[in-house]
Amino acid sequence: MNDSHYCPHTPEEIREMLSVVGASSVEELFAPIPPELRAKTFNIPPGMSEFETFARMQAIAADNGAAMVNFIGGGFYDHIIPAVVDHLSGRAEFYTAYTPYQPECSQGTLQALFEYQTAICRLTGLEVSNASLYDGATACAEAAMMALRATGRTRIVVDGCVSPFSRQVLKTYLYNQAVEVVEIAPLDGLLNRAALAACLDEHVAAVLVQNPNFFGCIEDLSPLAEQVHAAGALLVASVYPVSLGLITPPGDMGADIAVGDGQSLGNPLSFGGPSFGFIAAKKAYIRNMPGRIVGETVDKNGKRGFVLTLQAREQHIKRHKATSNICSNQGLCALRGLIFLSAVGREGVAELARLNRDKAEYTKARLAGIPGVTVVQSAPTFNEFTVFLPKPAAPVVAELLKQGIAPGVPLGDYYEDSANALVVTVTEKRTKKEIDRLAEALRAEL
Amino acid sequence: MSIYFTKEHEWVRVKEGIGAVGISEHAAHELGDITFVELPAMGKVVKQFDMLGAIESVKAASDIFSPVSGKVVKINEALNDAPEIVNESAEDAGWLTWIEIADEAELKNLMTREQYDEYLKTI
Repeated sequence: MNDSHYCPHTPEEIREMLSVVGASSVEELFAPIPPELRAKTFNIPPGMSEFETFARMQAIAADNGAAMVNFIGGGFYDHIIPAVVDHLSGRAEFYTAYTPYQPECSQGTLQALFEYQTAICRLTGLEVSNASLYDGATACAEAAMMALRATGRTRIVVDGCVSPFSRQVLKTYLYNQAVEVVEIAPLDGLLNRAALAACLDEHVAAVLVQNPNFFGCIEDLSPLAEQVHAAGALLVASVYPVSLGLITPPGDMGADIAVGDGQSLGNPLSFGGPSFGFIAAKKAYIRNMPGRIVGETVDKNGKRGFVLTLQAREQHIKRHKATSNICSNQGLCALRGLIFLSAVGREGVAELARLNRDKAEYTKARLAGIPGVTVVQSAPTFNEFTVFLPKPAAPVVAELLKQGIAPGVPLGDYYEDSANALVVTVTEKRTKKEIDRLAEALRAEL
Repeated sequence: MSIYFTKEHEWVRVKEGIGAVGISEHAAHELGDITFVELPAMGKVVKQFDMLGAIESVKAASDIFSPVSGKVVKINEALNDAPEIVNESAEDAGWLTWIEIADEAELKNLMTREQYDEYLKTI
């Protein structure tokens, strides 16, 4: 190991360290670890120069599908990121900042997070937001926990149209708690309202839905909210933030808590992260909300300032009685979300949403024209919709990937009897030419 | 009318089977500015030393434990708008709830004011 280029220590330094701990060799140092538990090899090539490393990384990057025409969504979306987002979020003041526990030296970060909370409240139509959570799926689970605390009840009802990833995280969260999770099987890509009505009783703390749902369908949540409230439960809606430029916000439809993933707001796909989760709620539930909230106040001279507030429920103070064990927010990713929303603006979000919807409608029409393809028409959609192919979707997807097109998410792994179903997503980045190419490639393959 | 204290700094003042419950002046002082009092629901039935509610100050959130077993028959709604009453008058106007005492024999598990004052010197 002494000649490894990856070890920062010289043989002399290694000898010195070994002598301090009283070991004669590295082998002896690791002797307490049984040999069968030790790595035989790290399987890494010999060291390279900086130039060689750079060339190797470029070769890997060229092979990782960056040039793929992407119609995959399912919770993470290929949106344009204005240059201002990278520029401002890359400033050292933000990029290197740690948790702003000391307001006197964190005013910039605190103000940014305060404005982020304001933006999330306006987007969701709800009264309070925290300073971000880990991601959309954990935000969903945290919302369920909030409802359990707020109502003192023991059952969570979740629509099967909620992302399977969020549902899995929810089940994992609640696995060791005395809480029952009831899942309602989708009906034609929508919430089965009759099945929901049948299971709404005095044990239900919350009903979790997603809008637009995993199949891309949009539903009016207002009548649902009334029904859920009549049973004394809370309505939690998971939403796709970009869609809120066009769809009525969850708060205006009567949801008590709204959650979602903020990746689509100025954060790159980056092979799955990092991203941030947002959570907003009616003010009545603020003390059941996890994480930290930034508040506005005045200093001793009466000047406007910002400070972490309501943090008495956070893990570093409340320890085992903390509202949540999520103790890190995603400050930098949330900041990117704020910069994105500020750069695009109220009109811009609406325009962006319309563009996404219109392109998706064009794609829908193109795909519907392919013999054997059925576009699910049970409800309006935003930029994502489900199609049924005349044969299993997974091998068709594999074939199109070879042609540089990622046509969507095959549903077979997540829903029974859905092997032929494919969820296709179209963002503002997809051109007419690319959409036509998808339609032609699909027609040829079927 | 006698007052009794717990090791967790709650007090109960007993009169005709009803116990008024609050936190001690010592506790209110230690907590600092109180910003929120989470009171139990009316009619809640608690056991002695079970959690009754919570108090949040600028420094911490602390649980309140019930000094006696019984049923919550009255809550101090003034605290919803003015939690600082607990700081100003912890052992009087800052009472939290009234509890219909299930078993007065449990009072022997509590401290008298003299015993509590002695106890405070030891912590």
